[in-house]
Amino acid sequence: MVCWQDLEESFRMKLSLTKVVNGCRLGKIKNLGKTGDHTMDIPGCLLYTKTGSAPHLTHHTLHNIHGVPAMAQLTLSSLAEHHEVLREYKEGVGKFIGMPESLLYCSLHDPVSPCPAGYVTNKSVSVWSVAGRVEMTVSKFMAIQQALQPDWFQCLSDGEVSCKEATSIKRVRKSVDRSLLFLDNCLRLQEESEVLQKSVIIGVIEGGDVMEERLRSARETAKRPVGGFLLDGFQGNPTTLETRLRLLSSVTAELPEDKPRLISGVSRPDEVLECIERGVDLFESFFPYQVTERGCALTFSFDYQPNPEETLLQQNGTQEEIKCMDQIKKMETTGCNQEITSFEINLKEKKYQEDFNPLVRGCSCYCCKNHTRAYIHHLLVTNELLAGVLLMMHNFEHYFGFFHYIREALKSDKLTQLKELIHRQAS
Amino acid sequence: MPRCCNSPHFIQEKIMAKRVSDCSSKVLGMGFVPSSILILRFTVLRGPELIQKANGLHGFMNWPHNLLTDSGGFQMVSLVSLSEVTEEGVRFRSPYDGNETLLSPEKSVQIQNALGSDIIMQLDDVVSSTVTGPRVEEAMYRSIRWLDRCIAAHQRPDKQYLFAIIQGGLDADLRATCLEEMTKRDVPGFAIGGLSGGESKSQFWRMVALSTSRLPKDKPRYLMGVGYATDLVVCVALGCDMFDCVFPTRTARFGSALVPTGNLQLRKKVFEKDFGPIDPECTCPTCQKHSRAFLHALLHSDNTAALHHLTVHNIAYQLQLMSAVRTSIVEKRFPDFVRDFMGTMYGDPTLCPTWATDALASVGITLG
Repeated sequence: MVCWQDLEESFRMKLSLTKVVNGCRLGKIKNLGKTGDHTMDIPGCLLYTKTGSAPHLTHHTLHNIHGVPAMAQLTLSSLAEHHEVLREYKEGVGKFIGMPESLLYCSLHDPVSPCPAGYVTNKSVSVWSVAGRVEMTVSKFMAIQQALQPDWFQCLSDGEVSCKEATSIKRVRKSVDRSLLFLDNCLRLQEESEVLQKSVIIGVIEGGDVMEERLRSARETAKRPVGGFLLDGFQGNPTTLETRLRLLSSVTAELPEDKPRLISGVSRPDEVLECIERGVDLFESFFPYQVTERGCALTFSFDYQPNPEETLLQQNGTQEEIKCMDQIKKMETTGCNQEITSFEINLKEKKYQEDFNPLVRGCSCYCCKNHTRAYIHHLLVTNELLAGVLLMMHNFEHYFGFFHYIREALKSDKLTQLKELIHRQAS
Repeated sequence: MPRCCNSPHFIQEKIMAKRVSDCSSKVLGMGFVPSSILILRFTVLRGPELIQKANGLHGFMNWPHNLLTDSGGFQMVSLVSLSEVTEEGVRFRSPYDGNETLLSPEKSVQIQNALGSDIIMQLDDVVSSTVTGPRVEEAMYRSIRWLDRCIAAHQRPDKQYLFAIIQGGLDADLRATCLEEMTKRDVPGFAIGGLSGGESKSQFWRMVALSTSRLPKDKPRYLMGVGYATDLVVCVALGCDMFDCVFPTRTARFGSALVPTGNLQLRKKVFEKDFGPIDPECTCPTCQKHSRAFLHALLHSDNTAALHHLTVHNIAYQLQLMSAVRTSIVEKRFPDFVRDFMGTMYGDPTLCPTWATDALASVGITLG
C-alpha cells in the first residue's frame, strides 16, 4: 500500500499566497529544488528550451537577458532519446545541459510541435523526437526521469484529448482513467526510489471538453500526493475560448490552494491573463520563440502606467500597427504555422529597412540597447543566424517583463488596467 | 583615426552577418573583423546610402573595432552567374531583381568609402588559380591598372587604408612582374591574392614565399583565403601578417570543432558519451561550460545554439593560435613553436606534410 502521507511530508516546497484578486493568485513558491533554497514568483513562466538549451542561445548569451525565470522547461520529447547517455552520466540533466543552477521542469511534449495522435495505449505513451518515436511504459518513463533527475516532472498521462476537436465521451473517460492509473503507478515507483523522491511529480488534469470528466480528473488527481497540477488539453482556437475558460474555472476550483497550477499550450499574452484570472499560476514561454521563428519582434505594451508622453507615442504606434493588421494577416504563415499576432512586428517588412529605432523604445534588452530594426531586417533578409539570436533575446526579455508587470499589477490592484491594455492590442 | 591591431592576425570572416554577439566577442578579445562581402554585395545592389545613413558599417553593425571590406570582385565573379569582366569593370546581373550592374574600380572604392571600413581592398581581376594561359596575364596587368584607378578614386586615404592585391596566378614571372609594379605604388598594405583556390600546396607555398620576399618589410602582408591551422603557421613563417577565411565558422556550422590535433566531428556517435570539453586547455565559454556529449546531443536537434557554441569555440581556437604564434615570435622561439605545433597536429614533426616541411625549410626551420 502506498504511504502517501510520507510522500506528502517530504515536500519541502511551500506555496504561499500574498493575495487573491478576482481569481488571480499572487504569491511565491519557496524551498524549491534539491537544496531547497530556490524561490519562484507566481504568476510566472518557465524558460522554454529545446534539447535543454534556450533556442538560439548559448549559456553566455542567455545570461545577458534580464528576468530569466528561475525554472526552465525541458521536454521529454527532446531528451528521451538521450536516456542511455544520461544514465551513464549519472549527474542529472541539469548539469549535463550546463544549467546546474536552474530549477527544471520536465514536460512530456514540446508545446510547439504537435504530435501525432493514436499513440497512447493502456500501458504506454509515446513522445516524438527528431530521431523518431519513443514509446514509454510507466517503468521506462520513470527510469528516464531517474536519469534526468529534474526538480519537477509532468506525470505520464494520456493527453490526446484536448478541447480542440470533438471526441467521444468514451475516449474522454479513458484519458482520465489512464492518466490516473499512470499516476498511481508512477507514485508507487517513486516510493521505491531514493533518487526519484528528490523530484516532484506534477499530476495531470485531463478530460477534454467534458465538464463531468474534468471535475472527476481534478478531484481524483487532487487526492494523490502530487506536488502540483498540470492543466492539460486547454489549448485551442479563439472560437472555443469561452468553453475552455469555463472549464478551467471549474477545474481550478477543485484544486488545493497550496499547490501550483501549470497550464500547457497557452502562452499568448491575452490568453495568459484569462488563465491567471481562473487560477493558473505557471505558463510555458514558447510564444516568444514562435514569434522569433517568424522573424518578428514582440512590441506589445504592458506598462499600464506609462508617463503621458509615452502613452501618446505608444497609442500612435499601436494605431499604426492596427492599420497594418489586415496587411499582416494576409501574409504567408511561416514555419511555425501560426499567423502573426498583433503583439508583434514583422521585421522582414520593407518598411524596416531604414528604421534605425530599436525594436522597442525603452526596452533594456541587449538587442534594443545595441541594434536597430534596420540591422535586424538586414540579418533576416540575408538569412543570417544572428537574426534568431538577437530576436530571441529581445522576445524572451519582453515576455519576462510582461510577467513582471502582471505581478506588479496584482500587487497594486491594477490588473484591470493591464487587462484593458492587453485587450486593446489583441486582434 | 585608424585603429590598431596586433600582427600576425587572423581576421574573422564574414562576421558582419555571421557574427557572434558583441558580448561574446569581448570575451574572446577579437581585434579585427572583416565585413561580410555579403553586405558589400547587398549595397552594390541597393547602393550604399542605407549604410551611410546608419553612420557607416561600424554604426550599422554597432561594431566599435576594426573592419575590413573586400572589393566585391571575387564574390561577383564566383557567386553570381552571368558576370562578365571587361576593362571597365565587372558587369553582372543581380540575382535579386535581374538588373544589370557594373562594378568598376571606382564604384567599388566609392562604396567602400561610404561603408567606412578601416581597411579597404582594391578591385582586382580575379582568376582562379587553376586557370592557365593568357587570361592569367591579362588579369594581372588589368589588376595593376585597376589598382591605379582605385587609388585615384579613393576619397578617404587618411581614414581608410587601401590595400593592393598581388595577382599573377601560379606563374612566377607574372607574379614577380605584378609585385614589381604594385610595390611602386604608395599603398599602405598588400594582399596576396589569386591563391587558395584549388592549386597544389606545393605551388601555393612557392607563390606565397615569392610574394613575401618581394613585398616591403614595413607594410602589412595580408594573405587572403587561408585558414587551416597548418597553413596559417607555415605562412606566418613565410612572412605573412594577416589572414582571413570562412573555414572556422563554416566548419562550425557543420558540427566540426577545431582542436590542436585537427578537428572533432562532434555529430559522430563516438562523442555521444564523451563527457569532457572540446579542448581542456581552451578557455572559451563553450569549453568552460559544456561537454562533447552535450554538444553532440544538441547538434542532433534543431536548436541553432549548437552551431553558436561551436562557432565561438572555433573563433577562440584561431585567435588563441595566432596569439601563441605572436608570443613565440616575441620570445624568439618561433621555430620551437612550429615544431611543437606540427608534433601535436601530426603526431610527430616529421609526419608533417611534405609541402609544409619544404616551405619551412626554405626559411630555415627544420622539423625533427
